[in-house]
Amino acid sequence: MNIANFIFYLLAALLVISSLLVVFLRNVVHCAMALVTSLLLIAVLFVTLQAPMVGVLQVMVYAGAIMVLFLFVIMFLNPNALEPQRGGVWWGFATFLSLMLGGALIAFFTQEESAADPVAATELFGSPETLAKSLFSDFVLPFEIASVLLLVAIIGAVVLAKREH
Amino acid sequence: MVPLNYYLILSAVVFAIGVIGVLIRRNLIVVLMSIELMLNAVNLTFIAFSRYLGSTDGQVAVFFVMAVAAAEAVIGLAIIISAFRHHQSLDPQEMQSLKW
Repeated sequence: MNIANFIFYLLAALLVISSLLVVFLRNVVHCAMALVTSLLLIAVLFVTLQAPMVGVLQVMVYAGAIMVLFLFVIMFLNPNALEPQRGGVWWGFATFLSLMLGGALIAFFTQEESAADPVAATELFGSPETLAKSLFSDFVLPFEIASVLLLVAIIGAVVLAKREH
Repeated sequence: MVPLNYYLILSAVVFAIGVIGVLIRRNLIVVLMSIELMLNAVNLTFIAFSRYLGSTDGQVAVFFVMAVAAAEAVIGLAIIISAFRHHQSLDPQEMQSLKW
């Protein structure tokens, strides 16, 4: 087993464990901490896949901005009562459905043996330069639409969270 | 180098865990967190394919997914705050009426 495989298995095991903690911990703040861990692990996986720029953005946008927002809302609402648990029937049904979905996806992904050797990546692959070229030439219209979407989200959040008079 | 299949299986597992969270949790904030987990599993698939096909298009797609996820988190949390003001509860089962 070489070092790349070892790193992947380590990251994958930690990612699955922290994702399970997000779902199964009872305290909301603990769930948020587990989610930060899984987002950081996914950022490391991005770096191992030669996408350093996206990995940095993942840390800044997700683990930074979005999780701070989540924690802010948790502290703001302060839900002190522990949430009631679902009944056993629904719990089993939901777990069964999710296992079916995961099993179907895994069966689909393992149908054919994929190439172990990817296309040889150049030195610039995943760098800010190549990403910016792609973003501002091929994807310039989605980029502009995304800016409008963010503006709409800002206005919508202000209107929704404003106290009614 | 790790085969592409491994990354796809890992993201399928994380996605299924996120689906379990959306279905069984009775706290709206944790439901939103599980949705973020599912979005990240999809992002991992995008990046893996972009690496193995040698194209940066997948990485650009992840940018847009991040922008949409940020907007979704902001709007979702604002809705949670205004719903909490009305119900004093974060249980999605309490929210059965469209109008108060």
